[in-house]
Amino acid sequence: MGQNLLRVVYPLAGAAIIVIVWDLYVVVARVPLVVFPRPLQVAQALVSYSAILGSEAWVTALECIYGFLLSMAIGIPIAVVMTYSRIVNLMFYPLLVASQSIPKVAIAPILLVWFGTGMQSKLAMAFVIAFFPVVVDTATGLRSTSPELLELARSLQCSRLQTFFKIQLPSALPSIFSGAKIAVTLAVIGAVIGEFIGSNEGLGNLLLTANSQLNSPLVWASLVVLSVLGMMLYGVVVVAEKIFMPWAAFDTGGH
Amino acid sequence: MNASHETDLKGGRSAAPPPFGRLVNVAKTFQSAGQSVPAVKDISFEFRKGDLVSLLGTSGCGKTTVLKMLGGLIHTSGGRIELDGNAITGPYPGVGVVFQAPTLMPWRSVLGNVLFPLEVLGRNGAAAKTRARDILKLVGLAGFGQAYPRQLSGGMQQRVALCRAIIHEPSILLMDEPFGALDELTRLEMNDLLLDIRRVTGATVVFVTHSISEAIYLSDRVLVFSKRPAVIALELAVDFPYPRSSRTRFLNRFTELEEQASIALGVVK
Ligand SMILES: Nc1ncnc2c1ncn2[C@@H]1O[C@H](COP(=O)(O)OP(=O)(O)OP(=O)(O)O)[C@@H](O)[C@H]1O
Ligand SMILES: [Mg+2]
Repeated sequence: MGQNLLRVVYPLAGAAIIVIVWDLYVVVARVPLVVFPRPLQVAQALVSYSAILGSEAWVTALECIYGFLLSMAIGIPIAVVMTYSRIVNLMFYPLLVASQSIPKVAIAPILLVWFGTGMQSKLAMAFVIAFFPVVVDTATGLRSTSPELLELARSLQCSRLQTFFKIQLPSALPSIFSGAKIAVTLAVIGAVIGEFIGSNEGLGNLLLTANSQLNSPLVWASLVVLSVLGMMLYGVVVVAEKIFMPWAAFDTGGH
Repeated sequence: MNASHETDLKGGRSAAPPPFGRLVNVAKTFQSAGQSVPAVKDISFEFRKGDLVSLLGTSGCGKTTVLKMLGGLIHTSGGRIELDGNAITGPYPGVGVVFQAPTLMPWRSVLGNVLFPLEVLGRNGAAAKTRARDILKLVGLAGFGQAYPRQLSGGMQQRVALCRAIIHEPSILLMDEPFGALDELTRLEMNDLLLDIRRVTGATVVFVTHSISEAIYLSDRVLVFSKRPAVIALELAVDFPYPRSSRTRFLNRFTELEEQASIALGVVK
């Protein structure tokens, strides 16, 4: 219990130090407001703009959530097919890996043309950037099933479906969740990129607008909300992991 | 069940019933990376229902290979394997396997792991659960049904694996160095546990080990394998009556058998 408390208290203390240094620097060096607002001004902006921050955050959150869910819904089946079909794997896995050398930002304008300035293009961007780790980690997890468990399944004459759903998929769960954790973080990046390239709503758009109006407290307030959003989404995945894998709480014990 | 099994054993020797399992000139050559590796050259042996036969040999001599062929998990490259009159060409019903590591499913509770074979066979239900609990009690794990494997020690996990191997009442139990990863004391305990299980279930057991004393203590017969490619260097009948106890290990005859096995293995000149 004490340990857990410390794990909260120390980062909070660290954050407090950063805020204090930040504030001191802005005051002592007389940094203009446009360049760097004081922490208190950011806090004030958070309060006074809370309505618009909240509604724009909701838009961005939906883009992230849908993009993330889409990356899972498409990424996991792709990984399954690639794991069980040697030919599909040989044909497409190298291409998939090579495709990752394309800077995702460069795809954004194309997605804008395809899907317009609405929700779809952001969702597509979040998906494009998030689905790769889902595929790779799911495939890794499926392939790392213990050979002895597979042998057990064979000796019991399990059907392919039984082997998949009772052994391989659960074996891959830890990997799938580590992919999901990366994906949810990337989905936020994807959504913001999408909003930067062409949008009239969302936190990314709010941030750009505030920037062009030299409203730096609002820029920073948007940034704060964005990172809180990212942490919350990550937290949801962690909670889901705890629910789906209660056994992971115990260390690999034994001898 | 206990008594009938013992009379069976005593009566069985002289009456010589037809063998339950039979391996005839079994060979296995692996093809790996363009090379052929002869693992097993010529193995022939028989066992009756209820026998406990050990395959004893040095590391890499082909014991696991023979066990897997017996389980229908890999094909032979020559010879014939029969069980209960049927030629074995692939996996068949009624096999229980135990590996060196417990290989439990970490996402299932102990009970869930033990129930797995019945679940695959579509024999779920209250009766299955009761049976699983009874077996867990037999191995001294009553009350651990809801625990996850990772909460158990290595020895306890291997007991769970043992339960999983016998829950569907297999006609043959294949064990590949099941106690090899355990410390000496736990291993002795597990030896007695296995003999208990065998007494209660009447299971036929083929047991792979590289421990000479373990092989002799457990078995009706010990088959000593030569170095790879394996042939049977010595077939040793162990004539101590069951139930055996740790006292058995200190009999002069036990030491004699150990010596014979050691010579056949080439560890004693
Ligand atoms: N799938 C395989 N492909 C190629 N060679 C193999 C394969 N499986 C086993 N072998 C070879 O066959 C030989 C016998 O292997 P096996 O696993 O049966 O030995 P073992 O007696 O069980 O050894 P240990 O006591 O170490 O488990 C080894 O030399 C091994 O390298
Ligand atoms: Mg082996």
